[in-house]
Amino acid sequence: MQAFIQSLVASHQHQPTHLLAILRAIQAQAHYIPEAAIKQVATLLNIPRSHIMGVIEFYSFLHLTPQGQYEILISDSITDQMLGKNELMAYLSEQLHVAVGAVRSDGLVSLNNTSCTGLCDQGPAGLVNGYALSRLSRARIDQIAALVEQQTPVNEWPCELFQVEDNIIQTDLLMTTPIESGAALKASYARGWSETLAEIDRAGLRGRGGAGFKTASKWQYCKDEAGPERYVVCNADEGEPGTFKDRVLLNTYAQQVFEGMTVCAAIIGATHGFLYLRGEYLFLYDKLQQILDERRQAGLLGNNILNSGLQFDIEICLGAGAYICGEESALIESLEGKMGIPRNRPPYPVSQGYLQKPTVVNNVETFLAAAHIAVHGGDAFAQIGTAQSKGTKILSISGDCARPGIYELPFGTTIHAVLAACGAEDVLGVQIGGPSGTFIANTEFDRRLAFEDLATGGSFIIFNHSRQLLDIAQNFTHFFALESCGFCTPCRVGTSLLKKQLDKIVDGHGSAGDVAELEALCQIVKNHSHCGLGQTAANPILSTLERYPELYQSRLKAISYEPGFDLDAALATARRLANRNDAAAHLAQVEDSL
Amino acid sequence: MSNTLTIDGNTIPFTDGQTIMQAATATGVYIPHLCHHPEFTPHGSCKLCTVKVNGRICSACTFPAMAGQNVLSNTQELTADRKKITQMLFVEGNHFCPSCEKTGNCQLQAVAYHLNMLDDHYPLFYPQRAVDASHHEVLIDHNRCIFCTLCVRASQQTDGKNVFAISGRGINKHLIVNADSGLLKDTDLAASDRAAHICPTGAILIKHTAYQVPIGQRLYDHQQIDQVSLAQEQTPHGE
Repeated sequence: MQAFIQSLVASHQHQPTHLLAILRAIQAQAHYIPEAAIKQVATLLNIPRSHIMGVIEFYSFLHLTPQGQYEILISDSITDQMLGKNELMAYLSEQLHVAVGAVRSDGLVSLNNTSCTGLCDQGPAGLVNGYALSRLSRARIDQIAALVEQQTPVNEWPCELFQVEDNIIQTDLLMTTPIESGAALKASYARGWSETLAEIDRAGLRGRGGAGFKTASKWQYCKDEAGPERYVVCNADEGEPGTFKDRVLLNTYAQQVFEGMTVCAAIIGATHGFLYLRGEYLFLYDKLQQILDERRQAGLLGNNILNSGLQFDIEICLGAGAYICGEESALIESLEGKMGIPRNRPPYPVSQGYLQKPTVVNNVETFLAAAHIAVHGGDAFAQIGTAQSKGTKILSISGDCARPGIYELPFGTTIHAVLAACGAEDVLGVQIGGPSGTFIANTEFDRRLAFEDLATGGSFIIFNHSRQLLDIAQNFTHFFALESCGFCTPCRVGTSLLKKQLDKIVDGHGSAGDVAELEALCQIVKNHSHCGLGQTAANPILSTLERYPELYQSRLKAISYEPGFDLDAALATARRLANRNDAAAHLAQVEDSL
Repeated sequence: MSNTLTIDGNTIPFTDGQTIMQAATATGVYIPHLCHHPEFTPHGSCKLCTVKVNGRICSACTFPAMAGQNVLSNTQELTADRKKITQMLFVEGNHFCPSCEKTGNCQLQAVAYHLNMLDDHYPLFYPQRAVDASHHEVLIDHNRCIFCTLCVRASQQTDGKNVFAISGRGINKHLIVNADSGLLKDTDLAASDRAAHICPTGAILIKHTAYQVPIGQRLYDHQQIDQVSLAQEQTPHGE
């Protein structure tokens, strides 16, 4: 292990910014980060051990205690649950003889839940030693359990277990005819870099992550910053449950994404770029490295791009299981080898980003669109869409519909039209933009996909009438409590309080006043949290409470006050100690019996 | 253009580079805070100093002062929200003021009094947290830590050491120390370090000094935290 770490750290040039990659490699090798490794890495990188401890305890794919030689994680997204995840998880746990959240006593296998792995169109999904498992079924679980018991190395498992389909159903402007490699660079070089920025401005392109900041303005601000060093970062940390478009874009359109990054670099004057790839997409890593190599060989990356003297290269950094790293300043912290804690703003990344240098952070889809605009110009792009939302939006559609998958649709498309395209019937409502977005009811389907109406990063989850709204809100609320980085009080404590308060109501322990209390808590978390995670964490409750208040009220007990804990359950230990289980050893709420 | 802004309708001056908190403190306007201390880089995590700047919610300790800003701080709405945030800090840890030796000298307690907090409001979390009494002069009681990182910053920025850090994610966040054993005794902390004296609650205490000042004669026993804070912080770095 010592020699392994020695050469591992050397291969990362002893750069503390590579800490996350180093720890990922140790975790993959040892299935945890041993104490000796922490000491050794601290010495070799010359950083405090507390910094390393912080990083290990922050990212959910890194562990201080040994995990199984087969680390199995099952995606706990609502879409996986709708496809039967809970029942399959119980079956898996039974077949492998290991409890959820535990390591089997022989150390062979560990099993746990994980946040959405981005295979919502082909779930239930999971990860084994970091590699994505799709379409889990009882048959596949039997197969997996046998492979584990036979101790077959994961790289010898049948490849159909890891088969990930693109499921591209409907394409438009960007996806129908991808640009040829190098076309955007050649066109931009011929047109002039400033003129290309003007085309992106004319196109009206806005960031595709959901916030919708004007791309040309962001690039211009970064370009205008003083100092020679700048960075381009592609945010491929799509952790929003229900989103998987970046997975497909990087699997099939990566050339065009890298080209968009290179055009950006040439415009703003950056020589170094990063693709921050979420850890769940480890299976794309080798393929993407190969594409980068091809681009280097083709003169589209490196020291002399297009023989024009232009310099730019791209490094791929993998995340390690932290939704918060999709927030751009947390992502930058993570790129620097730290815990993913969102920074205070101002300063914004365009002026002080990676290593405090001006940095452009854009979504995968934004770079894809930028490359398209660089080839075809801004006018063609701006002809599509609405007044404030130009071009198309790529949706990841999952949930209750006949054809889940990827749909590229012009901005301005109504929800009715989207639902018709994917074959959704008997629809109760749609979660647009994932848990951090909005739940809309079936009375609102004439609303449109657009920044001025329903903005979305691409997650589109459909629920039919067989689904329980409160279960959905509960799943999302638990997700935020799990993924809060814990930096600020309102989000750290507030998301846990939201979880407790919603559980109290959903589990039938709520009484008069509890819904009002829930709503008041939502407002505190929403208004006072430090970043987008906390500011949107109450959305699942607020958007359903607004539309279906009676649903919440119907779960309340008809008593005036119910304590936050279960009185009878609290006596369980006392009963066990006294070896009693008679009626007198149980307590009920007095008014319960009325 | 003159460098002035208004806080709750009163015009106050500021100098370039100042935060709203710095400008307010310099002119004798108290904005409640726990993770902020004028000696150290602002952190912006406790969110008690939340103010409304031109209608938008910001942390006064990190947000830059700019000419013409209309800042609201001492409003009924913000005071109510600050009280809720303080209650959150109380319920997530184990804060039992009557049995805590920091009582009367505790900023968390004093802020709670200042905001007229009369109960915890939220359900208590009762987390299981340890006490590290290994160091012969300094004690850590994790039950009372509010993750303000003042000890982390003081150790780095004043003491030139790196004794403390915050580890973990979300509600599992916790204070750690820089020693293989994980114990305070194995760090290079000295009782004279700034970091040992900066804790706004009773999480880091100097041993053998507990009741030298009797209850009733303590810092906040006869003064509110706004007066104490302004008296201490209006002239930062002053000895």
